[in-house]
Amino acid sequence: MANPSAVCNGHLHYHHKQNNLLKSGISKKNGVTKGIKKNGVSNGSLSKKAFIEHFEQAPMYVAVLTFVGFGVGTIFGYLRDFMRAWGLEKRNIATEREQQKDFVPLYQDFENFYTRNLYMRIRDNWNRPICSVPGPQFDLMERVTDDYNWTFRFTGRTIKNVINMGSYNYLGFAETDANALKTVAKELEKYGTGICSTRQEMGTLDKHIELEKLVARFLGVEDAMVFGMGFATNSMNIPALVGKGCLILSDELNHTSLVLGARLSGATIRIFKHNNIQSLESLLKDAIIYGQPRSRRAWRKIIILVEGIYSMEGSIVRLPEIVSLKRKYKAYLYLDEAHSIGAVGATGRGVVEYFGMNPDDVDVLMGTFTKSFGAAGGYIAGKKDLVDFLRTHSHSAVYATSMCPPVAEQIIRAMKCLMGLDGTTQGLQRVQKLGKNTRYFRRRLHEMGFIIYGNDDSPVVPLLLFMPGKIGAFARRMLEKNIGVVVVGFPATPITESRARFCVSAAHTREMLDTVLNALDELGDFLQLKYSRYSKSAHPELYEETRFELDD
Amino acid sequence: MDIKRVKDYVYWLYFQYLLITCSYVLEPWEQSMFHTITVTVLAMVLYTAYVFIPIHVRLAFEFFSQMFGGQPESAV
Repeated sequence: MANPSAVCNGHLHYHHKQNNLLKSGISKKNGVTKGIKKNGVSNGSLSKKAFIEHFEQAPMYVAVLTFVGFGVGTIFGYLRDFMRAWGLEKRNIATEREQQKDFVPLYQDFENFYTRNLYMRIRDNWNRPICSVPGPQFDLMERVTDDYNWTFRFTGRTIKNVINMGSYNYLGFAETDANALKTVAKELEKYGTGICSTRQEMGTLDKHIELEKLVARFLGVEDAMVFGMGFATNSMNIPALVGKGCLILSDELNHTSLVLGARLSGATIRIFKHNNIQSLESLLKDAIIYGQPRSRRAWRKIIILVEGIYSMEGSIVRLPEIVSLKRKYKAYLYLDEAHSIGAVGATGRGVVEYFGMNPDDVDVLMGTFTKSFGAAGGYIAGKKDLVDFLRTHSHSAVYATSMCPPVAEQIIRAMKCLMGLDGTTQGLQRVQKLGKNTRYFRRRLHEMGFIIYGNDDSPVVPLLLFMPGKIGAFARRMLEKNIGVVVVGFPATPITESRARFCVSAAHTREMLDTVLNALDELGDFLQLKYSRYSKSAHPELYEETRFELDD
Repeated sequence: MDIKRVKDYVYWLYFQYLLITCSYVLEPWEQSMFHTITVTVLAMVLYTAYVFIPIHVRLAFEFFSQMFGGQPESAV
């Protein structure tokens, strides 16, 4: 069977081509293949991988109590607003000026009400300043508040070695090891840090060309283009690809950058339910049958916007079904692999490799270097015609400054490490370590009885908290135990489903994960967070021992 | 030792009540106000239950026994 820890030669895509090569090789010579040996491929494209996703619903009493909690918060919010309006309390937040009191009110909508009265009370759990590299552990600046989170002051102390469960450091490339950053330091001395120009003027360096060739080679496509900022890659390039008269079918839970790009383009946007193929297919059917709204003309272009891994749910896109749909209805597919590139797949090449598919199936492959590569920026890859079009027509290429050379060198060295081109197996080891850590973490959390969303293979692990009171309590107590977590509440998630989101990293050791899991166990009992009704046995080792064959 | 365990358990119950009703995030004076209101409402509910439930149960019992027993009873 395939040996996954062997060195891969970097040519694991194009499974179909290689299959043919091997077949012809074996038949011609006596068992010795002439073509490229396929080493280290697990499963390949022939076996169907099990797609297990969990979205367990909480028991009814949890939903009721969540609403009760929000009700209490809202009532006290109205009380405090009343006191502020009548001068019984000092106003700490922005209000209109005296001369503008008769104008249209600026701060009366629900979003501002929520910020003033609910978010401010637990604001100390966000925007915590860190003062070291965001590796598996980091240092926090301690800050306290005297007036219930309206202002903070730093005590001057730093909290050292807090375990980092919030940074998108999937492969552990956010490191300060001087040996690893040798080439980056060299490029910094050679090029400096500033580019001071855009791609189309004087901002295209040989580093960018080298990086683009490497990205194209890594993904198995014809060409690629890199941009200085990941968010801007989406929001500036979708308007270049689609315009008025085109149709965008976008997933319910797409990231803000995709939504912004879709709205800026001026095309018609229709939303399909999250990862729901039937919903997408009915939208496609309607689009083909009815065409544009009033003129009934055919749509100029139909493009489907999906993400590889959705960062709030931890779910993986159903790529094979979407590709078959797009072929049937002749639509285009734009895949945003911000969280999945480097994090899933046997060698870290993203969801396309995870499902064993051909990168030519996806029309536009987009991704960012912020998450798995420890750098900044984004890329768009695909056919050479597409990328040449973007080089001339993208807003980012014309107006935004390009990526700076040390950052480009960091991506080059991380990608070379992943592909094995630096002569070591470190890249593959990182990918496998991440897979092992992810599976271990998720399995233990399921066993403990927490409700976890998402696919079993995704390194983003949302743990559901539900009640608003528990958001603040959870984050503060985890920090007391020296673990830094990210909690998310209402505007970013549905109102009843607030969660804590863990990002597993290849740099986490087993001891760190065990520390975190023990802390979660304790805290889960103390805060009553173990809502799951399907938890497995807490002692699976017992089952292992008793599973033996009985001889007659 | 036993007293400490009981005290810890009572504190844990109080903390659960704070989390569930989201009064954990309120400032101390708001918490006092909220506790006062809750305790008052709870006391009123308990008093009403103490006064009215036995009478209502007795009346319901008489009504149903009249249906099944078939003995005509004068209206009380």
